[in-house]
Amino acid sequence: MASIADGKAGDIRLLMGNEALARGALEAGLAVAAGYPGTPSSEIIETLAKAASTSNLYVEWSVNEKVALEVAAAASFAGLRSLCVMKQNGVNVASDFLLHLAGSGTRGGMVLMPCDDPGALSSVNEGEARHFARLVEIPLLEPATFQQAKDVTRWAFELSETLRTIVMVRSATRLSHASGTVTLGEIPPNSPKAKFIHDGFVLDPMEGPVMSPPVAYKHSQQQDKIEKAAALFEDSPFNTYEGPENPSLMLIASSVAGLYAREAIHLLGVGDSVGLLCLATTWPLPPKFMQKYLAKADRFLVVEEVLPFLEENIKVLAQELTPVIGAKTFFGKRDKTLPGVGELNPDLVAGALSKILGKPYVPVSQEYSGKARQTSFLGAPSRDLTFCPGCPHRASFWNIHTVLSTDNRQGFVCGDIGCYSMAVLPSGFSTLKTLHAMGSGTGVASGFGKLGQFGMDQPVVSVCGDSTFFHAAMPALANAIHHGSDITMVILDNSGTGMTGFQPHPGLPVDALGQQAPALDIEKICKAMGATVAVCDPFDLNDTQETLHRLLEEGKGVKVLITRRICALSPERKGKKLFEMKVDSNICLGENCGCNRLCTRIFRCPGLVWDAQAKTAKIDEVICAGCGVCADICPSGAISKTPV
Amino acid sequence: MSELAFDPFNVIITGVGGQGNVLASRMLGNVMSRQGLNVTIGETFGASQRGGSVMSHLRISAKGTWSPQIPRGAAHVVVALEPIEAVRVLGEYGNPEVSVLVNTRSIYPVGCIAGETRYPSVDEIKGWVSSLSKKAWFIPATDEAVKIGAAILGNVMMMGALAGANLLPITRQTFEQTMAATLDRTRLEANMEAFDRGFSLAR
Repeated sequence: MASIADGKAGDIRLLMGNEALARGALEAGLAVAAGYPGTPSSEIIETLAKAASTSNLYVEWSVNEKVALEVAAAASFAGLRSLCVMKQNGVNVASDFLLHLAGSGTRGGMVLMPCDDPGALSSVNEGEARHFARLVEIPLLEPATFQQAKDVTRWAFELSETLRTIVMVRSATRLSHASGTVTLGEIPPNSPKAKFIHDGFVLDPMEGPVMSPPVAYKHSQQQDKIEKAAALFEDSPFNTYEGPENPSLMLIASSVAGLYAREAIHLLGVGDSVGLLCLATTWPLPPKFMQKYLAKADRFLVVEEVLPFLEENIKVLAQELTPVIGAKTFFGKRDKTLPGVGELNPDLVAGALSKILGKPYVPVSQEYSGKARQTSFLGAPSRDLTFCPGCPHRASFWNIHTVLSTDNRQGFVCGDIGCYSMAVLPSGFSTLKTLHAMGSGTGVASGFGKLGQFGMDQPVVSVCGDSTFFHAAMPALANAIHHGSDITMVILDNSGTGMTGFQPHPGLPVDALGQQAPALDIEKICKAMGATVAVCDPFDLNDTQETLHRLLEEGKGVKVLITRRICALSPERKGKKLFEMKVDSNICLGENCGCNRLCTRIFRCPGLVWDAQAKTAKIDEVICAGCGVCADICPSGAISKTPV
Repeated sequence: MSELAFDPFNVIITGVGGQGNVLASRMLGNVMSRQGLNVTIGETFGASQRGGSVMSHLRISAKGTWSPQIPRGAAHVVVALEPIEAVRVLGEYGNPEVSVLVNTRSIYPVGCIAGETRYPSVDEIKGWVSSLSKKAWFIPATDEAVKIGAAILGNVMMMGALAGANLLPITRQTFEQTMAATLDRTRLEANMEAFDRGFSLAR
């Protein structure tokens, strides 16, 4: 399918969860979508951006999640339907505006769509967006299947317009990045008119100014909306029950955990006695509906990812209902029947069921599984993450690592989120020593750089990517400059948002829709802010290392080194070698060389391997990206590069 | 064959970032979907281009949507685009009845390149996979793909091998129709050449 907007009502498609979510928004008559890239959410905005040429849509990759939410909110204030997409921790960034938006209310249907990452498959946290829905008092929907991903999203816009508040639709990796069969609905003709009406009565939600004060009044309205939402959820078709009328145990699940729960019941063959209630409307819970199902059983297992959010909300309700339905027993995360960290899977749920029911679950004979696990453990060496062949970050960290080692003052690097987070690993020469949120490398460095007063004399370096620079590092840089913090900030400029699939950012001359856009110049910005700035090509090892040495020795104040080289996976670079690389086995001394296999033992590029028979280094032609950097690493000059 | 041997039929496609694992699972999923079957695919691809292991779980069913993660010990077919990834997957999802197709071209983990861990010999891997499966095919897909011009076609060749092994109802015609939806003529021809070669290698 060329565009998610193709296809008519009734067509059956195999869609990725993120595509189903995007389709749902189009079927709701979406006009504006904004987001910031982050796995597993990025394909939603990408899918909508591709559809924008044939649908009347405005789609943007905003500078960060807070601005994305503000951009989408403006569309809602002007009467349009709008969507804001981000990964879980993006909601942390957007939360200040979200709190105020929940207070001010919305006009056109507006949906906040965070994609959580249980198990941190592509994250450095497993934060949960769901808690924000309860915290700022907005409705929360959690689709459980691919069909629901589309249909719940579509309904969320209507709900938002009915209640005049933003609605959260929460996805998770195993929904967003999984695919399933979906029956399409119709995309309505879409030609909405935008107008912001602002001169009505000050308290008029549709015609007055949009704001959260007067707080007492708006807050009470907000709570009325939540009560209305609970009432609307009472007969939502997206909450489903399957199983016997009076089960001996009822599983209550949300999101994709519902599919694990169903499979676990199937694996144990207990469908006759165990029921499954899948809830899509998880905040606020519909009290009458919950009362009906809580009355059906005495024991419940709550299946959800990651924290016991649903479990706790159900328990509060069950406590309030005790006089009517009696006391109930709950299993879940709080009693450790299911783990409180990491993602779930059918086996974990089957294991929990097995424990509660006292029924054994043995998926495969112990003889086979013992042998298979041992063979796998001993025979399949682990595959640590590493920078891609030809990645400019490998060269940048080689340079930083080499300079800090030879500088010999125990300097260190503070980092944050991007491919360059991998510099905590040996593949990045274990260069990063702090790793937190977007832009935090420079913020933390700004603090370290003020500790000279207390005797700290180590060089302080921070790293951030070009997209991260605009997202959250600029305020940190301003702080460091204003306070005269002694740091060197290295901006790893690979001309795109590399980690998530090379989305554009304000530093590039193109936007999400592929249209020309003014590019902001990072070098000029840093100079204008007051930093000493140098620009290097990280593949030029000598120049980069000399420059970094010089900046470190300058001591006082903020220095910025931009290492600029486009990502090896960028459309411009992917599959194109700069050089044909070759190891001359007559020159490579192998294990007899004093370098002690520097190239493979330390540099660790997947394209340069060790030939155990010849006992020399060797280029893997299939993997090598031809960047040429290893030729400058080899002390014997055994690696040659020939321009392609 | 025209019907599923099991329902759901569980296929794991495994490999290393950059091998076209996700595309292969999409191809197979679309081929099955085109034949009116329900397909659920679970993918772990956050680390897909960063040298990590990548695994796709396909559930093919006439009955409906299944969990995007296959339960332990429940794989019917494992397609490994890289040899040790077959061994890794069998540890968790293997069973005595599983069929395994292995691309024999190794991609060395950085730990092996650095000399910290040992990459087993091809013979060792063949022995392990054979002893942990009902039937195993070892296909030099990347090497053959390099011969026809592009290593990346190794994934398509393995899909051809899967069709040739006659484990799932995959016809050349449906595969070609599926690929034609996204590829131009020249690339389609190259892909079908890879498919055909893989098909005959598994026969």
